[in-house]
Amino acid sequence: MALIEAINLTKLYRMGDETVHALAGVSFSIPQRDYCAIVGPSGSGKSTLMNILGGLDTPTNGRLTIAGNDIGEMSDDDLAVFRNQTIGFVFQSFNLLPRLTALENVELPMIYGGVLPKERHERAAHLLQRVGLGERMGHKPTQLSGGQQQRVAIARALAGQPKLILADEPTGALDTNTGIEILGLFGQLNREGATIVIVTHDHEVAGATNRTIEMRDGHIVSDELNDRSARHDANV
Amino acid sequence: MMRTSDLVASAARALRANPMRSALTALGVIIGVASVVAMVALGSGAQAQVQRSIASLGSNLLIVVPGALRGGGGVRGQAGAGGGWDALTLDDAAAIAQLENVAVVAPSQRTRAQVIANGTNWSPEVNGVTPDFLVARDWNIDQGRMFDETEERQARRVVVLGQTVADNLFPNMDPIGQTVRMNGGTYEVIGILASKGQSGFQDQDDIVLAPFTTVKRRIAGRRGRADSVSQISVKAQSEDVLSQVQEDVENLLRQRHRTREGEDDFTVQNLSSISEAMAQTTQVFTYLLGGISAVSLLVGGIGIMNIMLVSVTERTREIGLRKALGARQSDILHQFGLEAVTLSVAGGIIGLVIGVAGAWGMTTLFNLPLVVSPLNAGLAIAFSGLVGVVFGAYPAWRAAKLDPIEALRRE
Ligand SMILES: Nc1ncnc2c1ncn2[C@@H]1O[C@H](COP(=O)(O)OP(=O)(O)O)[C@@H](O)[C@H]1O
Ligand SMILES: [Mg+2]
Repeated sequence: MALIEAINLTKLYRMGDETVHALAGVSFSIPQRDYCAIVGPSGSGKSTLMNILGGLDTPTNGRLTIAGNDIGEMSDDDLAVFRNQTIGFVFQSFNLLPRLTALENVELPMIYGGVLPKERHERAAHLLQRVGLGERMGHKPTQLSGGQQQRVAIARALAGQPKLILADEPTGALDTNTGIEILGLFGQLNREGATIVIVTHDHEVAGATNRTIEMRDGHIVSDELNDRSARHDANV
Repeated sequence: MMRTSDLVASAARALRANPMRSALTALGVIIGVASVVAMVALGSGAQAQVQRSIASLGSNLLIVVPGALRGGGGVRGQAGAGGGWDALTLDDAAAIAQLENVAVVAPSQRTRAQVIANGTNWSPEVNGVTPDFLVARDWNIDQGRMFDETEERQARRVVVLGQTVADNLFPNMDPIGQTVRMNGGTYEVIGILASKGQSGFQDQDDIVLAPFTTVKRRIAGRRGRADSVSQISVKAQSEDVLSQVQEDVENLLRQRHRTREGEDDFTVQNLSSISEAMAQTTQVFTYLLGGISAVSLLVGGIGIMNIMLVSVTERTREIGLRKALGARQSDILHQFGLEAVTLSVAGGIIGLVIGVAGAWGMTTLFNLPLVVSPLNAGLAIAFSGLVGVVFGAYPAWRAAKLDPIEALRRE
């Protein structure tokens, strides 16, 4: 069974008399180890879909199963545990806590996962090394560049050993070269086995993934494997 | 689920991030708890002082004085039949001594006189008493001896000095065997009373005891009847029979003076009931002071709530992020609740220290005993914790209920 099964997901926002169909019935499935880009113009529903995939929001209608969890059936606390154990988020604006060091930021999800301090430190340090920040563990976010901050955020996303990494425009706040470096990191993580869904405006970014889902007005208008992914799949 | 140690660490870190703000917020509770603690300690000290000084007058003691008690509580002379200030006589005292359950009866004649020794002048209360007076008033002799019944009957010129009088007239020598002059006569000092200290505003040691007959004949002057007394101290055999004895004394004197209830020319004061009433008054006073101070604690609590609400607003994004990373509602609730409780309990502990110090200063100033019970201290801390829980609950609940998506979108 695929890691994500989405059947006819809808999301309605009511603004006074108006109803916005942020998602107008989308169905797709994403297998494990997939590296998938979601593209589309602003307001097309990409973030809404990501939030629902990450258990931050619930669909108005439709059925969503992720790693065997029926998202529609889960309580608030269940969703919190689900986010902690199954999902790793990477945000456009990094969202690091400014008072905490890089190491402590990476430890944060493990605190909510009840991981003991010693193991937490070790895992966080290991992850920071993995994203190339072994020398900067004690730095506060303000002492790090944008690219370094996003690396810390990626290390944090990995801290709960998630089954799915969701990144909503992770290069949106970075210059082109730094963005390419970060994408390289995602590619490396995918080759090491991570399932990644990444939202982007940038077709260059999308080209680096295996698969591109294009959205418009809450619909999926195309869902294609990229050339590289065809090769990649052939290798599997 | 968050571990408790992580919860505490995270609350401490958040409070340390804004040390000035945390300190000012805690200040409200500090002032509240300090004033409650200081006021209650001061009130309890006053209460203990009142009880102590009334108890020092003597236990199981009734004091009969001439004149009727007015509704308001003062004693006034009554110009009715047989009334006035010499309504009580030695015969009355003798009759009271015959009543059941009476241990000791001591009539006394109070007056004031100039006492001179070594060229020093002093105006203490001079009390003409019988030797039983000391028994009735639970008073002891510190040095020398009390005069005996023979000396009393023979109106001997001997005196026993209160501590204050002895200290002032004979600062550098042993007063026993020395003489003092009163009303032109010479009197030998044969004893010094043990100190009783203050009773209210009155120094109980500013007193000279002389034989009753001596005072009557040689010092008090020819005012009133020869056998009148200004006071009769009646000691009952026990606390239990005290009010019964009071009633018996009143009935007896009404019979002897041919007066009816309501027209009495005498008053029987029951010191233990006076003591109780005064203790109650000071206790009410204590609660009042504590209650007024508790209002400032309330204000401190509102300060905490205010700052916690500000903090939740400022940290909306942080809360959203924490939720996205797996914090449950209860984790957020506990984190912010603990911050509020930490502020208030820290404030409570500091306030307790300051309050006790303040109470110590004030009680020292007013010469009162310092009464700080561990129970009250514990209550102060517990109460400040409660303030944190009550006033931290709403902001913490607001934080816990935040929608993570909304919160993350906030700048
Ligand atoms: N909380 C909300 N309330 C009302 N409308 C919303 C809300 N969130 C998103 N929308 C609307 O849903 C649509 C999709 O938004 P979004 O998923 O953020 O698009 P994208 O990420 O592709 O730019 C937009 O029209 C947006 O205005
Ligand atoms: Mg978006």
